[in-house]
Order: sequence, then structure tokens, then C-alpha cells
Amino acid sequence: MPQTEAFVQRIDKALANHQARQNLRATMDRLKLKRLQQFPDKRQLDDLRHQAKSIRQKTLDHLPELLEQLEEKLTQNGIQVHWAETAEQANSIVHDILSKADAKTVVKGKSMVSEEIDMNAYLEQQGIEVIESDLGEFIIQLAHEPPSHIIMPAIHKNARDVAQLFHQHFPELAYTEDVDELTLSARKILRNKFASADAGISGVNFAVAETGTLCLVENEGNGRLSTTVPDLHIAITGIEKVIEKLEDLPPLLNILPKTATGQTITTYVNMISGPRKDNEKDGPREVHLVLLDNTRSDIHSSDEFIDTLRCIRCGSCINHCPVYVQVGGHAYGSTYPGPIGTVLEPQRIGLKQMGDLTSACSLCGACAEACPVQIPLPSLINRLRAESNNQQFGNSRTSGKGSLRNRSEAMTWKLWSFTHARPWLYAIFGWTASRLRFLAPSKLGGWTKYRTAPKPAPQTLHELARQQGFDNE
Amino acid sequence: MNNARENILKRLRSKPRDTNDLQDNLIPDYGWDKEKKIERLIEQMQAVRTEVQRLGKNQWIDWINSELPKRKLNRVLAGSTKEGLAFKESAHHSLEVQDYSQNIEQFKATLFNQIDAGITTTRGGIADTGSLILWPDEQEPRLLSLVPPVHIALLKSDEIYESLAQAIESQHWENAMPSNALLVSGPSKTADIQQTLAYGIHGPKQLIVLILE
Amino acid sequence: MEKPENIYFFGTCLIDLLYPKAGLAGMQLLQREAINVIYPQNQTCCGQPAFNSGYRDEALDVALNLLQCFPKDIPLVVPSGSCAGMIKHHWPELFKNHPEENAVKRLSAQTYELTQFLTDVLDIKLEDLGQPVKVAIHTSCAARREMQAADAIEKLVDQLKQVEKQQQHNKEECCGFGGTFAIKQADISGAMVEDKTRYLKDTGADLVISQDCGCLMNIGGALEKQGTSPATKHIAEFLWERTNATD
Repeated sequence: MPQTEAFVQRIDKALANHQARQNLRATMDRLKLKRLQQFPDKRQLDDLRHQAKSIRQKTLDHLPELLEQLEEKLTQNGIQVHWAETAEQANSIVHDILSKADAKTVVKGKSMVSEEIDMNAYLEQQGIEVIESDLGEFIIQLAHEPPSHIIMPAIHKNARDVAQLFHQHFPELAYTEDVDELTLSARKILRNKFASADAGISGVNFAVAETGTLCLVENEGNGRLSTTVPDLHIAITGIEKVIEKLEDLPPLLNILPKTATGQTITTYVNMISGPRKDNEKDGPREVHLVLLDNTRSDIHSSDEFIDTLRCIRCGSCINHCPVYVQVGGHAYGSTYPGPIGTVLEPQRIGLKQMGDLTSACSLCGACAEACPVQIPLPSLINRLRAESNNQQFGNSRTSGKGSLRNRSEAMTWKLWSFTHARPWLYAIFGWTASRLRFLAPSKLGGWTKYRTAPKPAPQTLHELARQQGFDNE
Repeated sequence: MNNARENILKRLRSKPRDTNDLQDNLIPDYGWDKEKKIERLIEQMQAVRTEVQRLGKNQWIDWINSELPKRKLNRVLAGSTKEGLAFKESAHHSLEVQDYSQNIEQFKATLFNQIDAGITTTRGGIADTGSLILWPDEQEPRLLSLVPPVHIALLKSDEIYESLAQAIESQHWENAMPSNALLVSGPSKTADIQQTLAYGIHGPKQLIVLILE
Repeated sequence: MEKPENIYFFGTCLIDLLYPKAGLAGMQLLQREAINVIYPQNQTCCGQPAFNSGYRDEALDVALNLLQCFPKDIPLVVPSGSCAGMIKHHWPELFKNHPEENAVKRLSAQTYELTQFLTDVLDIKLEDLGQPVKVAIHTSCAARREMQAADAIEKLVDQLKQVEKQQQHNKEECCGFGGTFAIKQADISGAMVEDKTRYLKDTGADLVISQDCGCLMNIGGALEKQGTSPATKHIAEFLWERTNATD
């Protein structure tokens, strides 16, 4: 199966890069520690998580009403609202808005939704220049790579990589691997772009229905610049990012930076409730919000999978994943990597293409433990595995159910089930294995590549229990 | 795209929901007095390289007049609030003070290239996160606190809240949000290169908070 | 909960075939506390391997056989965090809308992983009769997160005065076993156990002990292949040996 092969190749390539693995390990160790330092009291942390979960679940319980209220308030405030069912529609809407304003250059704040719909490529094809302004996104734009993490897109690059990239694209600047100097270069290069761009495009962290407010968090200032300097601002978000009230913001703003990067708060919290008013001196005169569905409403309709939509895109699950730390984000071959990606992508794109991701998980549960909105990620991954093999399973609208069913694996489990559901048959198998244990193979494919082969014991526990006289019932 | 709107809402309505066991929002209550709030605010701010000065409420103009020339921050931008105008009135002769009174379209080149520091007032501070509350308006536009490489903010010591939740509740934000409301908690920073912290990427490289008693 | 007179013991299929001495030690520890340990001979497997592979119907058939081994309303003790977790947390899901759903709920409410039963229910007292030894404790992901039994094993070992506990780096991280994960994603699993064994070796411990034989098979097998210490042992066997002066 081509998908599996491609996935295997990406994994192999990632595992072979020992330096990258070491770097990623050091980074994740540090992030986990910083997060822990923000939450010294476990019970308090669980309270905060339950609070955040409640806010997000409340939204999902009332999603259609809240979206309508959001639209009404935003419109009252002078922000134009657009609805897009698919990626194509969203891109087309954004392009239309830009065309009408005769906007040829766009400066972008970080937006995972825009990555999800491949917005940059679409706009560039239409002859629009798109410049990423978040430093991490800027770096990967120069490198023509996708992000490898949802918060830190260039986490896989070290200072030397960045130095080489900058020198290659901006030869007029002296070569340096010093982080402060590279940062200063980026500031200089991008400053002019902020000043001259026709439009700014951004994501949204939370959209408040009560007041018609778009809330964006960031550390660099590029988000504020992109959404304030150009005359036109287009924000794009998934429909699940709405929250009910302004008072719902503080608990979310409290937990999000702490769990994502170990910060108490991001440098800037930017709350946009309207375009430039008549007497104001700056700010965009035109502000738009594009609401993107792209299978979210299908996920919403599933009792089993709706929890997925509570996600606030913090990346904590990724930071705690013992698989991600070994293979890095690009191995997943998806927009969203790690545990949340493993749950989201098969639902968004289909099990046939993305169902494989669910095999790259040991179901350890570290992700669910870290999730600030208590998404039961391993449980969802396990469900997706069942859906991959079984067309009839569950009530979700995930596409490609049963498409990864493998005949020989299915037979193996049928045989396993047949023996293990029948104690007499199981006993024969156990007895045979123990008596013939010297014939147990010492080479067992992937297992013995890294470990010695297990050998059956001379007697089973069933036998020992009988011999020791333990009651049978 | 009305079709899209109707289709999306219809799909979302196909499964009515009501989850149990949800919790109401809790506003943190630290029980901090004024001095403790100031202390906590300063601690949080200094941890991210914000410069903090505690001054008498009439000393800030003198402080700016004495410090900025020393630091070679001679080209200053102020708003047209009473503080901004007062400063312009009494600025040190070596400082060239403008007010941000033109539209950005006419002012952009100056703003981006010829201003060393911008001064704004604030709508209060938040102690638990070390944050300033800014509501830009026609007197102090949005970019005043963002484009100049140094941002000087005037914070009244008795306008410091324990938490954002307390600030929102006390100031009744839900009644009328401005077109732009901001929390500023330090100079601009990034750790996108090799996870190494670097300051002054796109926003101001320096944030100076003058706490006025 | 008061000390019960009778309990069921589910040895697990892994222990049954590969590590029966660990299972026996668990039963003997419980028996020594004056509890009648019932080991139904019809037990086989909890169904987890198939369940985690997405073959729930096959898992259900096997789980049903196991359920029928435990008809009495008495606690069930399991010398494995992952199998205990399967019964306690995943059987209710697996048996949803099944005729036996109530029986499952009743059973899962009184399913315990061995170490947590020993500390939380029996408040067992242990006297260390063994030689000084340095150990590192590896709590499986299921024991830690599903059964909340991380503290239990630490407390048990703390009672043994000749045992010095070492703390490995990234102690809470998965060892890479994950059941069929170790076969399906063998290289990722290999990378994970490589890191885990390195962290354990770095502690200088003589022995790695765990509530779960799956992890031990993984970690122990890897250390063996690397040709290095530490050795590995299940907690039940370790406790039984330490309190019987057999070495």
C-alpha cells in the first residue's frame, strides 16, 4: 500500500537522523519541565483543566447558536463574516476579498488553519505575494517546508540551518549563527513588509460570541503588525474556535500559554472587535472573518469524536508524545502532527490516506494527561483503529472506514480469538508452547532487531496454580 | 455563500447536545493588597526584561526628560491624551516630540523610520501576569505602542487588578469592547531559532513601565 | 474497603505463558495475608491485544470467556496495570449495550492492579530479609495513568529497608512496548526502548522492577540483547523473594 510505504520511509529517515533526535529530545525535556513548573499543584492543575474543558464543551453543545451570535455581533461591529464549507471555498473567498481590494501583497500571522487549506500555495498561484511574518513560519517558508509542530513550526531547525537559509536568501547580510543577530536580521527584513503590504491575514485563537471579538495571542508582535498596519485584515478560523462569553477568556488565556510553552502569558493578547473607527488614526478599514468547516461539522455530529473539537491548539500533547520525540513532525506527513494530528487528520482527510497514523502510537496516555481540555486522545485513536478495519463500526462520518482492513491480519485475530475464547483450546496451545519452548524462534522480525526473543516457561501459571492447590472457583 | 452557511448550521443542528458535569468559571481570588499587587506585577514584568520604575505621579515627565537623552532616544511620539500633551509641553529641549495625530497613511514613513520611543497611558495593569491593559483609541492609536522600538507606558499604581478576570469584571468589558483592546506583558520576543530566547523581534525591543503612585 | 475473605486472581496471558513465577508470587503474597485466592482455570486473556488493534468483535469474544470466570461479587486482582486497565476502563466500553453490561460494571468497579490492592486494600506490611540492592522502578503507562498505581509500587518498595531506589530520567515516559505497537512500528518502538534502557543503565541500578510483564519483556529483552545490566523482575516476584530470604 503506497501510503504505508511512504509513512515507513518518512519514519526511517527520521529515526536515522540521530542529531535531530537528540535536539528534539533536549527541547521536549525542557518544555515539559517548564510546563510542570507552571503547575506545581496537580489537583489545582486538574481543576484548571476541567474548567477549560467545560468552557470548550459548552461551546460545542451550543455551537450553531454561538456561531450565529458571533456573526451577528461581528457584523454589528463592522467585521464581515464569510462561511466556507471546504478548503477550496475558503481559499476562493480569501482570494475574492483580496482581488476586490486590489491587494497584491499579503503579510501573514501564524495560522494553522491556513496551513490546513494550503492557502499560501493557492494565493501564490493567483499571483499574490504571501510573506510569513512569524519567525518560525518565515524560516520554513524560506526552506519550502511545512511546519513540524503546531506552535513551533521550525523546531526541527538549528541555528546553523537558519544561518544558511538567511545567507542563501539574503546574501547582502553577513553570515552569522548568533541567534540575536539572526533575530535582528529577521526584524529588518520583515519590517518593510509590514509597512508596505496591502493586506494582513491571520488566524484566531478564540472568537467571543458575546461581544463579537477576535482574540489572538503571540510573543513576537508580528500578529499585531499584520492585523493593524495594512488597510485590509482577513482572519480565518475553524468553526469550533468560538467561545460564549468574554469571561470565558481568562481561564483559557491562563492555561493556554502555560501548557503550551511554560509561559505565564504571551507577550501580546490582541482583541479585535472592529475595523478602524471614523476618528481613529490606524487599524484596517476593512476586517473580515472566514469561518471554515472542512469536516468539523461532521466531527461535531459524532458522539464519539466530538471531543476532538475541544482542542485549543496548544501542542502539549505533541510535547509529551514519546513517539513524536523520536520521529519529529515531518514523519507524520500531515498538517497536524503528533497525537492531535493522529486523531484529526484521519477524520479530516479520511482513513484510507491517514489511518496509518494511528499505528504510530503506543497508547501510553501521556497526551491525554497533558491536554488542557481533557481530550481522551488514546481512546479516540483506538476508535479510529477500529474504524480502519471495520466498515460497520461506530456512527461517525469518517470517510474510508474499513479501507485499511488487511486480510491476513483479520485472519490472525480471528484465529487468536477462536483459541483464546475456548479455555480447552487455549490450554492445549499453552501446554504445547511450554513443552516445545526450545523450538521457539529466536528471530522474530522487528521484535528481535532490538531485543532477545521471549521463551515460554516450562510450566504455565494454570499448571502451577493447580499444583499449588489454588481454588478453581 | 449563503448555501455554505445554511449547510454548516444544518449539520451542526443535526445532533442536539447537553453535556453534564461541566464546571462554572472560577475567578481566582488571591487576596492581594495594593502593595502586594504592585510587587507581583513588577516581579512578573522583570522576569521578561521589562524595565520598571516606581515614581511619584508628577515625576514621570522629569524621569523621561532625564533618561531619554542619556539613552539617545531623542525622537519621541506621544498621544493626544492630556498626559501626551502635557509631556509635549514640558519635554526636554533635546527631545523632538511629535503627536500621532495624522492618519497612518500619511504618517507611516515617519512612524516606522523616525521615532525612537512611543509613550502611552494604560487602562490599568494585571498583577498575576505582569500585564498592561491598553485600549487604543483616536488619542493613542494602535501602532503607538507597537512600532517604535521603545514603548514607555504610564501605569497608575491604584489601577492594578489581581487578574484578567477581575479586570474584565471590574471594568465591565462585556458592555462595550473597543475596536482594539490589548494586553502587553513585555518586550517582543521569540524562541523560534533553536529554542533560544531572543528579544526585540517585531514589536518593541524595550518596554519601560512607569508605575505612578 | 475491608480486607476480603476471597478474591479472584487473573494471571494474564503473558504471565501464564512467559512469566508464571511472577503470577504465582502474586498469588502467594495474597494468600500469605490470609486471603483465599481463587484462580479460575478457564481464564485466558482480557482481549486487549485485539481491542488495541481495532478488532473489537474478536476482543469481545475472548473477554466474554474471561468475564464468565468471575461470577461472584468479590474483588478481582491482576498482576498487570495494562490488563487491569483493560478490564476496569475498556470493558465497560466494549460491553456497552451487551447483555452482560451490568456484570461487567460490577466487576470493573472492584478490579485492582496487584500493587494497589496490596497497599490500598490490605495495607500490607513487608519485612526485608534480602541483601542490599539498588533498584529502579518502571511503572507502566497503564499502571500509572489508567490504574493510578504509581504511588503503590513506590510505597511497597519503600518498606524494604535494604533496597535503595534510583530515579531514572524521563521516568514517566513510555518504554515503547504498547503491545502490538512493538511489532507494527518496530523501529519507533526500538528507538523508544533504546532511550529507556539508556536512562535505566545510567542510574547504576542492579535491577529494574515493574508491575507489568509487557514492559519487562520489552526492557529486559533489550538489555539482554545489549548484553548489559540491570536485570529485570516483576514486582510480585521481587517482593516474594525479598520477604522470604531465598537469596
